[in-house]
Amino acid sequence: MHELSVTESVLEIACKHAEKAGAKKVTDVYLVIGRLSSIVDDSVEFYWQMIAEDTLCRDARLHFKRVPAELVCLECGHQYLLAQELTPCPNCGSARIRILSGDEFNIESIEIQR
Amino acid sequence: MSESRIKIVEKILNANERLAHENRQRIDEATAYSINLMASPGAGKTSFILATINGLQDEGVQIGVIEGDTAPVTIDSDMITAVGMPVVQVNTGGECHLDALMVEIALDQLPLYTIDLLLVENVGNLICPAAFALGTHSNILIASTPEGDDKPYKYPNIYRGLDVLIINKIDLLPYLDFDMDYFQQGVEMLNPGLISFAVSCKTGEGIENWLEWIKAKLPKK
Repeated sequence: MHELSVTESVLEIACKHAEKAGAKKVTDVYLVIGRLSSIVDDSVEFYWQMIAEDTLCRDARLHFKRVPAELVCLECGHQYLLAQELTPCPNCGSARIRILSGDEFNIESIEIQR
Repeated sequence: MSESRIKIVEKILNANERLAHENRQRIDEATAYSINLMASPGAGKTSFILATINGLQDEGVQIGVIEGDTAPVTIDSDMITAVGMPVVQVNTGGECHLDALMVEIALDQLPLYTIDLLLVENVGNLICPAAFALGTHSNILIASTPEGDDKPYKYPNIYRGLDVLIINKIDLLPYLDFDMDYFQQGVEMLNPGLISFAVSCKTGEGIENWLEWIKAKLPKK
């Protein structure tokens, strides 16, 4: 994907909020990533080590919380989780479905020391 | 020393979305209609742009093009220049998608106020362009039949954000194992009721329907 630009955005947002809160350092950064917004954790970690070095986040650990993609069938109301591949409703076979969650791509919180 | 948890809940790509919003305002002020054109490599993005220019040029529609490429290769932009429309080549320096900042810089180099239709040709890729808003009025994907009928199932995100789907190279259908029903079921699951046009940029089949749609979107200047 485009892990460098994603990592840069995470750093920018984390530093902005840390400064505003008068932090001496950031110890943890919590990310929420939906199943439909895949990124490669290892690549983000790798870039993070490189670009966070001279910032408030230099020692911060990244935490990835994965959110599954949930689907609902518009015919029978059955709710199910996205497996490997998109499928029609496993209950009634209808292709009229809606995706309820899985797009999350957020920084949820940071842990700081003052 | 005290520790504390600060709640943020901010979209990681928030900065891009803000810039995209600014791009939209600029394009709106110039009363142009704009399209983010996405596809995999070789699906026919440039052929589609040329077919669109060809179909609208005689009616006096001014079209501007932003060409995104990962390398400084001007093959595509040269073709647009050859048909007399303004084009800006954006070299993403290896990045797999255009973002709102690249479009903002490209907008500075276009005679935006003379343009009726702005076509932004994204980098050939079905994954990354889906995540980055550019500020255009609509997102259009060109799916070509040789790519296979399973693409909506494999790349769900790009289909979900679409306003229009172009199915290109339908002249090749007799030679391919492309199951149109299976393909369209995938599209319907991801984006119910999506407007789609089946075309062949090579033979011109179906292009007329697309031209009707886009003409109705153009500003009355």
